[in-house]
Amino acid sequence: MSQIMFNIPKEENMGSGHVACPGCGATLSMRYALKALGLDTMIVIPACCWSIIDGPTPSSVNKVPVFHTAFETAASTASGIKAGLKAQGKDDVTVLAWAGDGGTFDIGFQALSGAAERNEDIIYISYDNEAYMNTGIQRSSATPYGAWTTTTPAKHPKDRPKKNLVEALAAHHIPYIATASVAYPDDFIAKVKKAKSIKGMKFIHVLSPCPPGWKSAPENSIKLSRLAVESKIFPLFEIENGWRYRITHEPKDVPVKEYLRLQGRFAHLTDKDINQIQKEVDLNWKRLKMKVKLSEEDEKLLAEIANE
Amino acid sequence: MDRVLNKNLQKYFNPETTEEIKVIEGTHSASYAVKLARVKVISAYPITPQTSIVEKLSELCANGEIPAEYIKVESEHSAMAAVIGAESTGSRSFTATSSQGLALMHEVLHWAANARLPIVLANVNRALAPPWSIWADQTDSLAQRDTGWIQFYCESNQEVLDMIIQAYRIGEEVMLPVMVNMDAFFLSHTSEPVALPKQELVDKFLPPYKPKFKMDVADPHAFGGLAGPDSYMEFRYRIQEAMEAARELIPVVAEEYNHYIGRYHGALLEEYRTEGADYLLITAGTITGTSRLVVDEYREKGINLGLVKLRAFRPFPTEDIRRIAKNVKKIGVIDRNISFGQSGIFFSEIKAALYNSDVHPLLNGYVAGLGGRDVVPQNIRDIVEHLMKSEKGQDLVWIGVKI
Repeated sequence: MSQIMFNIPKEENMGSGHVACPGCGATLSMRYALKALGLDTMIVIPACCWSIIDGPTPSSVNKVPVFHTAFETAASTASGIKAGLKAQGKDDVTVLAWAGDGGTFDIGFQALSGAAERNEDIIYISYDNEAYMNTGIQRSSATPYGAWTTTTPAKHPKDRPKKNLVEALAAHHIPYIATASVAYPDDFIAKVKKAKSIKGMKFIHVLSPCPPGWKSAPENSIKLSRLAVESKIFPLFEIENGWRYRITHEPKDVPVKEYLRLQGRFAHLTDKDINQIQKEVDLNWKRLKMKVKLSEEDEKLLAEIANE
Repeated sequence: MDRVLNKNLQKYFNPETTEEIKVIEGTHSASYAVKLARVKVISAYPITPQTSIVEKLSELCANGEIPAEYIKVESEHSAMAAVIGAESTGSRSFTATSSQGLALMHEVLHWAANARLPIVLANVNRALAPPWSIWADQTDSLAQRDTGWIQFYCESNQEVLDMIIQAYRIGEEVMLPVMVNMDAFFLSHTSEPVALPKQELVDKFLPPYKPKFKMDVADPHAFGGLAGPDSYMEFRYRIQEAMEAARELIPVVAEEYNHYIGRYHGALLEEYRTEGADYLLITAGTITGTSRLVVDEYREKGINLGLVKLRAFRPFPTEDIRRIAKNVKKIGVIDRNISFGQSGIFFSEIKAALYNSDVHPLLNGYVAGLGGRDVVPQNIRDIVEHLMKSEKGQDLVWIGVKI
C-alpha cells in the first residue's frame, strides 16, 4: 500500500463537502482525476449524478471552473470550450468532459462520436455506474446482462449485454482510450496523466460502484471495484490509436460469482445464470488477449514497413 | 418608387464608410458580417438553405480571412452546444441554421439564454416538415419565442449584414443571445448589392467582447449548478430585466451604427408612410418590400395606407405599436407563419399588445405565403381591399389557399 500512496499526488483539487451518497465511486474518481490533472483544468458536467454532487449554485466542490451543460452535450460543449480557449491562445488548459454512462453510452453518444471523429483535444471521462442512477436506477445501455433496475425488474432483468463502448470508440481511431478503477489509484492516475500528455481525443472508462443502485454496502465499493477487475469483468487496459492494446494489470482468476453475489441487483440470478455470465466473461477476456497479441504483430508489421 | 430607391441607394453607397460593394446573396451577407464582427469561434451544421453561410465561412476561414476556430459538428444540437462552450470562455461565437436545425437546437437555445451567453445565430426562415419544404416560412424561429433569445427579422441582405454586427453589440451589453432571421431564398439565395463597411469603423462600433463572467482557471467558478425554488426565480427575473434593457438599447445601438457606418434600418420597428394613415399593414421579413410598393400605389390614389415593418420580435415593440395604432382606423397584420389553434403569430402578439391600452382599432390577421408561396402585389392589394371593407376584426383570414 505504501508504494501506491507514494505515486498519488498529495494536492487535493476536489474540496470537502460534496453531496454524494456514501461509498460513491464517482466522487473518488473525480478526486483522483483532479489530482492527476492539476488546477489548469476546466470541467464540463452534463446531467448526471455529478450535476448534484458538485453542489448547488453558486457553490462547487471543485477548485477548478465547472460548466454544467445539457444531458447530451458533454463532448460538444467541451469541444467549444477548447476552441474558445484556443482562439485566445490559452492552449495549455485541459478541458475535461465528465459524464455518467447515460450521458456517454446513450443520449450523449452522438456528440461523443462527433468529437472523437474530429479528434478534439479533450479528455472525456465516463464514470459508469451502469444505470440511470441520478433519476433512481433505470436501465441504460451500460447496464450489464442480468441486472435488476427499476425498468428491468427482477422478473424480467436486462436481457441484452452491456454496450462495448470502448470498442466503439476504438473504431474512431482516437489517440488514447483506457479503462480505470478506483481500486487501482496508481493505475488510474497514471492513465489520466498519460491522457493529459497526449494531443487529441482521449477517453477513459471508469467503473463506478453505486451502493444504492447496485444494492451493495457502501464499505464494499473499493472491494467491488477490485473484484470487477480481478474477475475480468472489467479488465484494466489501454488502446492507443484504436489498435495498440495493452493490459495494464494482469487479473487474478477470481470467479465472477464473488463479484455478483455482493450486489443485490444480481440477487435473483441462479447459479446457472452466473455460470453463463462466467462463460461470457471468459470469452471476452480471450478476445482481449487476442487483440493484445494482434497489436504486437501489427507493431512488427509497421516496423518492417518503416524499415523498407 | 423613386423615393424608395433613392433612400436605398443612399444606404448602399456611402463611400466614406464603405470598403467595398459586393453583389451577394443573404447567406454570404451573413458570412461577411461574421468576418467584420471579428468572431473567434464558429460552429455549424449544414442545412438547406443555410448551407452557403457555412460554405462561405469555411472558405473565409481556410484562406485566413477569418482567423477563427471552426468546429464542424455532427448536428445542430452540437453546434449550439459548442458555441455555448466557446462563448463561456469569453470568445465571440457564431452559428447559423434553419428550420429543422433550429427545432433540433431548441433545448440548447434555452441553455444559451439562461446561461446569459451573447451568441449570435443567423437563421434562414424555412418551413417545417412534413411534407418536406425548403422554402420561406417564419414558424421555425417564432416557435422559439420563449427561449430568451432576442430576435430580429430582416428585409434585405444589407439589413442581414448590419443586424448581425449590431446583434453582437446588443447581446454582449445585455448578456443575451441574438437571432437574426432572413427569409429562405427571397433573401438567402437572392443576390443584392451589399455595402461592406470599413473594418476600422466596425471596430469602433463593436469593441472586443469583455464578458463580466467567464470560464477562467485563474478565477474558478461553477456555472449552472442546481438552484432550488428559493433562488431560481431571481435568475428568470434578471432575464426579463435584460430584455427590457434590450428594448431601450436597440434604438440607441441603431443610432450608434448610423453614426459610425451611416446606415439606419429603424429601431424595434420601421414606419413607412404612416403619417396620417387610416389603414395600416404590419409585416416582417421580405413581404415588407412588396407591401411598400402597394402602399405607394394606394397613397397615389389618395388612400391613407401606411406600413409598419416589425424588426424586433423579442423584445416586442409594445409601446411603439400602441403609439402608432392610436390614430389608425384599421390594421391588417400579414403573417408568413401560423400558431395552429390560434392565428398568425405576429397578429396574436399585436392583439395582445393593444389589449391593455385604450387603443382598439379594427384588427385583422392574414396568413399568407406559407412554405414559400409567393406573396405578390395583387395578394397585398386583396388584403388591403378586404381590410378596408371589414366592419369587424377577424383573427384569421387565409390568403390564396386552394381549398
